[in-house]
Amino acid sequence: MYGTGLWRGLRVTLKHFIDTYLEDIRYGFRRHVPVEAFPERQGLEARGTFTVQYPEEKLATPERFRFIPFLVVENYDHPERPGHDWCTSCGICAKVCPPQCIWIVRSDDPETGRPIPEPAEFYIDIDICMNCGFCAEFCPFDAIKMDHDYELASYDRTTAHIFDKQRLSKEFRYWQSIAPTRAAEEAAARGGWEHKDVLKQKQREAKDKGAAAE
Amino acid sequence: MTEHAPTADTVLPADDALNQLSARFGDALQRDTRPGYEGLIVDPDHLVAVATALRDDLGYDYLASATAVDYLGKGDHFEMVYHLCQTSGGPPLVLKAQTPRETATLPSLVGVWPGAEFQEREAWDLMGIRFEGHPDLRRILMWEGFAGHPLRKDWKEAYYEQDQKPFDSRWPGGHVRRAEELVPYGRNVRYPDGFSPEDYEEIAETPQARGLSSLGPGVEVEELATDRLVVNLGPQHPSTHGVFRMSIMLSGEEIVSLKPIMGYLHRNHEKIGERNTFIQNMPFTDRLDYICSLSNNLGYALAVEKLMALGARYQPPTYRAEVIRVLMAELTRIVNHIWAIGFLLNDLGAYFTPMMYVINERELILDFFEAVTGSRMMCNYMRFGGVAADLPERMRSEAQLLNDRVRDVNTMEYLRDLITERLPRAIDQIDTYLTTSEVVTNRCIGVGVLTREDAIATSAAGPVLRASGVPYDVRRADPYSIYPELEFDVACRTHGDVYDRYLIRLDELHQSLRILNQILPRLVDTEGEPIFAGRGGMYSPRVPAGEAYGRVENPKGELGFYVVSDGGQNPWRYHVRAPSFINLTPLERMCVGHKVADVVAILGSIDIVLGETDR
Amino acid sequence: MSDFLRELHDPDIPVPEGIQSAVAVTRLDKLLSTVYNWGRHYSVWPMAFGLACCAIEMIAAASSRYDQARFGMEVLRPSPRQADLMIVSGTVTKKMVVPIVRLYNQMPEPKYVLAMGACASGGGPFKEGYNVVSGIDNFLPVDVYVPGCPPTPQALLHGFITLIKKLDSQNLGNRNSMPWYSRGPSDAVPIPVLGPDIIDPRQLHLIRRYAAQPEPADESAAVEAEA
Repeated sequence: MYGTGLWRGLRVTLKHFIDTYLEDIRYGFRRHVPVEAFPERQGLEARGTFTVQYPEEKLATPERFRFIPFLVVENYDHPERPGHDWCTSCGICAKVCPPQCIWIVRSDDPETGRPIPEPAEFYIDIDICMNCGFCAEFCPFDAIKMDHDYELASYDRTTAHIFDKQRLSKEFRYWQSIAPTRAAEEAAARGGWEHKDVLKQKQREAKDKGAAAE
Repeated sequence: MTEHAPTADTVLPADDALNQLSARFGDALQRDTRPGYEGLIVDPDHLVAVATALRDDLGYDYLASATAVDYLGKGDHFEMVYHLCQTSGGPPLVLKAQTPRETATLPSLVGVWPGAEFQEREAWDLMGIRFEGHPDLRRILMWEGFAGHPLRKDWKEAYYEQDQKPFDSRWPGGHVRRAEELVPYGRNVRYPDGFSPEDYEEIAETPQARGLSSLGPGVEVEELATDRLVVNLGPQHPSTHGVFRMSIMLSGEEIVSLKPIMGYLHRNHEKIGERNTFIQNMPFTDRLDYICSLSNNLGYALAVEKLMALGARYQPPTYRAEVIRVLMAELTRIVNHIWAIGFLLNDLGAYFTPMMYVINERELILDFFEAVTGSRMMCNYMRFGGVAADLPERMRSEAQLLNDRVRDVNTMEYLRDLITERLPRAIDQIDTYLTTSEVVTNRCIGVGVLTREDAIATSAAGPVLRASGVPYDVRRADPYSIYPELEFDVACRTHGDVYDRYLIRLDELHQSLRILNQILPRLVDTEGEPIFAGRGGMYSPRVPAGEAYGRVENPKGELGFYVVSDGGQNPWRYHVRAPSFINLTPLERMCVGHKVADVVAILGSIDIVLGETDR
Repeated sequence: MSDFLRELHDPDIPVPEGIQSAVAVTRLDKLLSTVYNWGRHYSVWPMAFGLACCAIEMIAAASSRYDQARFGMEVLRPSPRQADLMIVSGTVTKKMVVPIVRLYNQMPEPKYVLAMGACASGGGPFKEGYNVVSGIDNFLPVDVYVPGCPPTPQALLHGFITLIKKLDSQNLGNRNSMPWYSRGPSDAVPIPVLGPDIIDPRQLHLIRRYAAQPEPADESAAVEAEA
């Protein structure tokens, strides 16, 4: 009969309509459901209201989330090298970057003129960056990572959208906090929580000590 | 509603076919003997005859892709490359015709395969090859009057820096300079020398200039003199799925002639792709069909892997990597099809309610994509010889910003619940909600019919082709990855109207779920196995010289990547056979005779994405 | 209500302690502006206008999970005549910039432009391409830039909040901040022409100088000399 299909469809919308109220009853007509109920409401069991009340509540980003890259520096309260760059300015990120939005100036030793492993300047033009994550993926020193901070809206791009080294640098602790599992995996691959070069040096020192003791 | 799809073994042995042809055409037909190349090189004078023979006698009835390559400094000729397929299945036959750069003229093959129409126009626009006998040879992506043919190797754009990436100015002395600072206008513009803006006259956009004819194909001259009305739809229109434009000539409310006008999102994908290194193209492919980034990745990875396989030290992807690839490709198909159905309903006037429901389901799949690949849409996940990273054990997030709400679930459990419970329910809901609804049936049945012959001739692909009764699916016709061992049917319907194209998508959703249900145990079995055979994740893979055409069955149709390598770090030519672009070739045939309101529904049923149409 | 009062209150005017929470003293223009802005800041209607990848995230932001209706922005207007906000969501190509400028000119004032994503802000990954405009701000005044490629729907919502903040700061007493109340019609943005390359009428003098009389010298040197 003409119209039965329409009626069948309308039953689906009616079900959705009722589901939202069932959910409201369940959470006592609160606009923001309790934090514990959030995963269920935004997960596969979601039936009724599906809305995240941004900015009062925000959907946290998963560990692998990629936004603008940042540079890892040693924790600012590190006993030996506070705030020291992990970047050795090897340039792999700049070479692999698909839209070529990374500019690196390598530092030279003022006396010998030979390059020293840290960047003098490091720029990322976030108006070109495509958040692909290649720089973080191919960095051999775990020194550049993808940030999770997406709240970057601004009124002006000429001054705000070329990130310099200072703007890009974030403590290693920050990387541990946004991606604990991956930070731990990388540390396991390096053989310790420190920077690769520091670990190597420590190994060398330990070896020397061992040799001296013998 | 499904037919037994042809598989690769039903095909004529290629050598036989070639011998027959060689006997007929003698020297005009030669095998391509360059290392890494395959196929036949035809003398341009015999191109049409050879093409006709291939179509009529050997069953190569389907022109998959036609594109041009500029061999500047490597013989100084243009080469037009045609990939021909049999709709009964099998790998493509590569046909080539060469023309010197100075003359740059070839006979048009539109008469043999009407599907060449837009592709030849593209080759004219971007490469400057003139096709004799083409019915409507105008620029297609750029505008009339644009200076030069940008894909020629000696054409340089305003922001040109170097032939190949990486650029030397980035490291080690990378003092940041915006490209704007290096050009005289401070903009991305370049004018020919001696150009005077005062003398310049813009080329007028008359209906004739847009290729509209008041006598549409098959329309008889009427005795009564009536005025034709030209209606412009787009590029800013909510139902054109982006910045697509159509120019429609109407007689009363009936469509007489229709011309798509595209290029409003032409982002120079291929020119940039030739400058990129091989791996750098991967994130760019995300932005082709930006709803199905993962299956775009797969197509490109397959093409480059084919090239790498010509070399000695290539290791194919591991089984686990293949399983994850198929998992991602099929989830992408579900994302795309529910999105397409939602938007089709939007176009039919069911403003946003079906859309809302399907977007909810899409969000749940995107949650998975985001946790695995790091991005909701621009996944950039496949690598040559594997995938970027294995599935994480848990899909967890960490609170960083104020008010962040954290979730933490086991990935495999989430996937299992998604595939076995949530998605089947969602798809059934779409079915109950829409399939029998009179709003849908009245607007869709019998509208925009594309016959089987027209569909094959115009190189339609994917759901558009299969809704017209051709059970052609690259996953079965020219299998890749682990599809041969998976059980699924090629969905096929026979009416070729909007409603069948909607039903095909629903069928394919069910088939995708069937595949995913077979993928789940394979994922569990391969848990912990490596995702790369050798030491994967290299940023400079060795790609030997040669050519390769990698094709996958994307949700929208056959997505092909034609990659030519000269042995260096960058592709010499990088072409995308975009299903959204070529599926527009039959648009006029579908629309003529219908009302203007149906155009929107027909376009919605083709399901185009402009990022891929215009590239 | 106290939030509203605090916003309304002029910090330069002293108020005795004890009644601060209940009383707001302000200047007339500020009172009018606050009421005026309160009236409009949750009814900014965006234009249903998608360009590229970012448009998909814009649609996601409009659908139920992110629901921009909570900001009074659910009415996506297909016609520029009814829209207050143009979300430039995606890569702006030279071919497309002509219709975009036309659409912008057709929007009634007050009108705002939000550049969503890297491409709309500054050309993005496709910046080097021959058909790509390096940022819509070459042609239109942009109010808010939302970086990201693509910005997630939440990032876009943050952009909306940033826009609303800007809107709240506009003052009726200051002509410069509300130019649409100045006398006479406002100037339309000149519509670019598609020539051998895109021609911005505002750059005609430069084109005459560099293209019509090409100088043999290095072009970038000429720019530096000019600077």
